Parts: sequence; C-alpha cells; structure tokens
Amino acid sequence: MKRHQQAWAGAPSLEKPVFKERLSGAEAILRCLLAEGIDTIFGYPGGAIMPVYDALWHYQDQLTHVLPRHEQGAIHAAEGYARVSRRTGVCMATSGPGATNLLTGLGDALLDSTPLVCITGQVSSLLLGSDAFQEVDVINCTLPVTKWNFQITKAEEIPFVFAKAFYVANSGRPGPVVIDVTKDAQLAEFDFFYQRQPYIRSYHPLPKVDPDAISEAAKLINGAERPMILAGHGIQISGGQEVFKAFVEKAGIPWASTLHGLSTLPTDHPLYVGMLGMHGNYGANIKQNECDVLIAIGMRFDDRVTGRLSGYAKQAKVIHIEIDPSEINKNVPAEVAVLADCRMALEQLLPLVHERSHPHWLAGFRHCDQIEYDKVIAKAMSPTPDGQIRMGMVVRELSDQTQGKAIVATDVGQHQMMAARYYAFKGTNQWVSSGGAGTMGYGLPAAFGAKWAKPESTVLAFIGDGGFQMTIQELGLCAQWNVAVKIVLLDNNHLGMVRQWQELFFDRRYSAVELQNPDFVTIAAGFGIPGKTISGPGEISDSVAAMLAHDGPYLLHVRVATEENVFPMVPAGAAVDEIILEP
Amino acid sequence: MKSFWNLNAPIMIAQNYTITVFTENQTGLLMRVVSIFTRRHINVESLTTSKSSIPGIHRFTIVVDVDEEVVKKLVAQLDKQVDVLKAFYYLPDEIVYQELALYKVPTHIFSNSNQVEKMIRSHNARILHIEPDYIVIEKTGHEGETEALLHELEPLGIYEFVRTGRVAIVKPMERLNRYLQSLEESMAE
Repeated sequence: MKRHQQAWAGAPSLEKPVFKERLSGAEAILRCLLAEGIDTIFGYPGGAIMPVYDALWHYQDQLTHVLPRHEQGAIHAAEGYARVSRRTGVCMATSGPGATNLLTGLGDALLDSTPLVCITGQVSSLLLGSDAFQEVDVINCTLPVTKWNFQITKAEEIPFVFAKAFYVANSGRPGPVVIDVTKDAQLAEFDFFYQRQPYIRSYHPLPKVDPDAISEAAKLINGAERPMILAGHGIQISGGQEVFKAFVEKAGIPWASTLHGLSTLPTDHPLYVGMLGMHGNYGANIKQNECDVLIAIGMRFDDRVTGRLSGYAKQAKVIHIEIDPSEINKNVPAEVAVLADCRMALEQLLPLVHERSHPHWLAGFRHCDQIEYDKVIAKAMSPTPDGQIRMGMVVRELSDQTQGKAIVATDVGQHQMMAARYYAFKGTNQWVSSGGAGTMGYGLPAAFGAKWAKPESTVLAFIGDGGFQMTIQELGLCAQWNVAVKIVLLDNNHLGMVRQWQELFFDRRYSAVELQNPDFVTIAAGFGIPGKTISGPGEISDSVAAMLAHDGPYLLHVRVATEENVFPMVPAGAAVDEIILEP
Repeated sequence: MKSFWNLNAPIMIAQNYTITVFTENQTGLLMRVVSIFTRRHINVESLTTSKSSIPGIHRFTIVVDVDEEVVKKLVAQLDKQVDVLKAFYYLPDEIVYQELALYKVPTHIFSNSNQVEKMIRSHNARILHIEPDYIVIEKTGHEGETEALLHELEPLGIYEFVRTGRVAIVKPMERLNRYLQSLEESMAE
C-alpha cells in the first residue's frame, strides 16, 4: 500500500536525486510540450497568457506557433492535426473570451474522441473570483466538454498536471483536456523536472482483454449465418486497421462503417458494404435488421446510426467491442461485451474465428447496392434536368482525379454527406469530419491542421456556403503559411440540410435558410488565394485538374443545384429499415 | 417513469438508490460529479461529501430516485471520470444510513407542560444548545423519523429546521478496499 501512496500523492516517486532546472512556469510549460514531442501550437495570444508567449520567443526553433484568425480556428486546426496524425493536438488561448471561443471545439473533440491539450491563460490567482478583466470561470465552463480539466495556480504543479493531461488526452478513449494556468503561476520560478505518463490510481484507460468474452464472441461469430460488422472510429484510433482486415477476410463478414469509420480500409474492399447512418447506404442500413449477429467495433450506437431504437436490430445478437465502459449497454444491449482496445481485442479474436465466407448473405448487400444505384446514385452522378451541377458529381470527380488518395476534410451539412457517400478512399485514416457535434465551421481549419500534419498528402476541404462563412477568416491562415488546402466550396446558396428537412418535414416552409452570399473568389483573392467559380457540369473536370495542379491553397467555388436532397435517408424517428430512397 | 435514454425501454420503477463515489480530493470535482446528474435532468435528493477511511480519498454519498437502468448508466458515467476511483450503487437494504436534523424552537414551549420533554425522549432526540429565547434540538435517524419529530414540533412553533444529506456505510465489507487491493495486485504482477 505504501508504495502506491507515494505515487498517488501526485509527485513522481524518485529513487535517486535527479537534475532539476530553475525555470519560470511559462518556460516550464513549453518544456513540457517538448518533452511530449510536440512541435506545433495552434494558438492565439492575449493578456493572461503573455508570459508563455514571451517564453515562446526563445523556443521558436523548436516550437512552431500557428496563429489562426479566431480561437475556434485554432482548436479545429488542432483537431484536424490530431485526427490525421493520431497525436495530441495542442491549442493555446488567453483567458476570458479566448478560452470561451474554444468551447465549440472542445465539445466537438469530446464527442469525436479527438485528443487535445488546450492551455488557457487565467488571471492571477489573487484575482480569481473578483470579476477581473477577462476573467471567466474556465474550469466550470469547460467541465462538460472536457475529458479532464485542471486549474494550475502554482508553478510547481505544472510538470505533473501536464504529464497527466497528455496521458489522459491520448489514452483509452481519447478526448480534450483543458489546463487553465493563472498568470502568477506562469511567472513564478521553480525547480523543473518532467516525467511522462504518471501513474494515476483513479485512471485505468487500457482494460485487460477478458479471454472469456473473446471466446464467447468467437463462438457467436463462428455460429453466425448472417453476421455483420459495424466498424467505428475506434479501429483507426487504436491503429487496428491491419488486424481488422485480417479478421473480416478470415471470417468472411460483410462490414459497414460509421461516419468516422470511413477509410478504415479502402472503399473497394470486397467485403465493404457501405456507410451506416441517416444518409448511409441502403444495404448497410436495412441489413442491420436482418443480420443474426451484429459485431460493433469501436463505435457507440449513436442515434444517427440506430434510428429508432425500438426498431433497431432486435433480431440480432450483439457483440460490442468498445474501450469506454459507459458506452456498453448505453443504447443497445450487448449479448457479449468486450471491454477493450479494438486492436488488442481483434488480435485475440482473430485466431479463434473460423475461416468462412457468406456469399449468399453478401449478395443480398450487392442487390441493395444495385437498387440504391438505380434509385439514388445514378441521379446523383448526373446534372439536374435544367443542367445544374449536383454535389455528388464534384465529389466523384475529385475522388477520381486524386485516385482516392487525398485526405478529405469536410464541414457539416449536405456536402459532408455527399463527400462521405461518394469519395472512394484508397487508403486508411483519410477522413476528417465533425460527426457527433456536427460543427459548422469545422472544415477549413480542420483541413489546415490535416495538411499541417501530413504535408505530403493532398488535402481536400469540402465545405458548404453556410459553414464556409463561419470560419472563412482562416483563409488568412492558409495563405500566411501557404498550406495547400484545396477548398471545394459546394454552394447551393442555402443552408442545404436544414432546407432539405424543411422541404420534407415542414411543408417547405423555408425559414431562415437562404443566404445572400458574397463573391467568394474575390474574398479568397483578397487573402491572396486564387480561385475559380464554375456552374456548368462541363467545367468540373478541367477546373478540378487546375486546382490540384496549383501549388498552394486554392478555392474552387462550385455553384450547385439549389434544391438537391441527400438520399437515402432514415427520417428522424424512423427505424433503419424504414429508410427512404426517394421523396 | 420511462427510462431517460431509451424511450422505448420497458417501464421500470424508480427506487431509492444510494450512490457512493470515491474520488481524488480535487477542486472542481464536485461540479464534475454533479453534472453527471444535472445533464440528464435528474434531481439529486441529497448529496454529502466527506473524507473516506483511506488517506487522500474523498467520498460522495448521493441519493437519487431513479430506475435501475438509469442508476447503472449514472455509475458508469461517474466511473469514467478521470479523478473518480470507483462508484457503487446500493438499495436501502444494502446499507446502514443516517441523517441528522436540527430544530430551533422557542424556549417557552418547554415551560407550559412536559409535552416537549416527552416528545424528545420518545424520539431519542437531544437538546444541543439553550438560550433564553430559543433551544436547539438534535435528532439523527432516517428521513421519516426526523420528519416525524418536525411534524410534532410544528404546532408548538418552530423557528428553523435543517437536515443533512444521507451518510451511508455499506453492509458488505467496503468494496473500495477490495478494488484498491486488486489494483495493488495487478501492479505487482
């Protein structure tokens, strides 16, 4: 017991004296970041964080600071960076409005399991609670949108709290952490020593895989006649793509992906049957209500996936492989629950499953694909009768011209669903989108962060005209760093998804959805980013080629049909097999 | 009452659950614990915090009236918090519990008859503090018992009444100790 108590008390247990350096809190923060292998900070300065910015001046050769035009841009960029690199994104802001501008991104990162460490300045500890200038209670504001948060009021707390923050952010189910540092803690000097991955007695992110649960799962899978896999974000978070591939191929099980499960394996994988969800594929949706064993891997049965729960997969025995215990039995009861990291669980499951194939069952999915093609996709891939561009045509053209190798970032809305449906991924970990939160304004800064993480990849940003104007100022960020984000603006002059719902469910009362848009290409030009507007289907191919050939950020502004709808659709409150293919 | 998460779940009956949460002693954790309840619009009947038998570990005792499906999800969400060591839930027959109430009454109600004295004796209450114009009575017991004394005192006149939240001790050997032991063992492996 005693040994633990020492570690529990928070201080690293040191058997021999170690070299400590006298540093200011501000400098210590930067040294913590360096010790964690961080090379980029997405941040915005201000009064209460100035000591850290001053210290940063001396660390410019090791730490690059990226200055967006708004803190929301900073945090979405950090999210895009984290999603693509699977490393923790670091974000910094000042107290008060600087910190509150991070809230949307924090909520987004929490729902989409994105690892972030956000550092916010705070007024001096003597002023806490006095309504000082730019004082906001950041700990209480960020509490429901963080995996963990902590307010540092003494410089001595910095090393342990940062080590804990980085450990918590990117272990178990990843998520955002906020560290609020008072100005006096940044200024005070102390003896600095850093130890990574501290032992935290209350936090055990990597559960041991239960061999009994694994063998029970294998038994169910081996006995299944119509098994189906739902592949979630957890597979890519755990780096389990290869073992997942071996698993599905050995067991011969058709697999569908959630929105964040896109690009787990290439879209043309022979057992891939499409995307789940409200605007997912026809077969992937209805077959959930026909399968006998449903194997959910690293996903949380979000309501956008399940539709009406009382009409969801009642016939199926559910195997739920998931690292977050609070997700098990939350929405859908599990026959077998495997509480584990996806990769580790699949590694243990792989040798136990029989080599099988389910050709007849798979053929049922392909039959559904044909129905969906005839009723939905053929139309989506062709212009409207009056010759306007449909969004899917643009997505497919980009998919073709990038050979499916681009990283695809999106904003939120119809264009997002079209990108999800029609981009054919050739690799893995290529999808960066806001799912759980549905955050408009995410696309452009997230694409910047993605490109920053993988400069060698082509990064596309599919954005609608509504969401673009929420973070349009980050064109300045792309221009300043000459980060070659290829912005594909699908402009239907409306908040398209809301308009679609109004058309289908609110008797076409188009309340507050029409926009008076600016001249987007001129705006981009003002930021120093070239662009082009097109509106004819014949212009797509050459314009896309020109955009991809351009060395640097580029805006392709595509005027698309105003009243196009995304189909198929599982209407809100409907069951997955009540999916509609056309209005 | 229908389950909060799943509108189609079978109707389950709300019961009186006592949740114990063992946490690190950290500023801001109270809000994090409470937010698990408030974000689901669940009314907390009572909440008490104190130290536990283990140095440095804090304990919350929270009473809610919900059905079992909900209490399971609440406990899972509590457990998930980084600074929560472990959360458990119990039905009333699995715990020994107590509340404490204080009653401030006018001193003159003692002078006319021995009615109040009898009342205090029969309720196993005691007098804590005496002033010329008021007397403070203390009673420990379950809610119904402290409530009963309140009802008897009310017609005689009462200045103030206050009651603590529930404190509870689990009848089985403390599960946290076993949990910590298992951690210790897995560390030693």
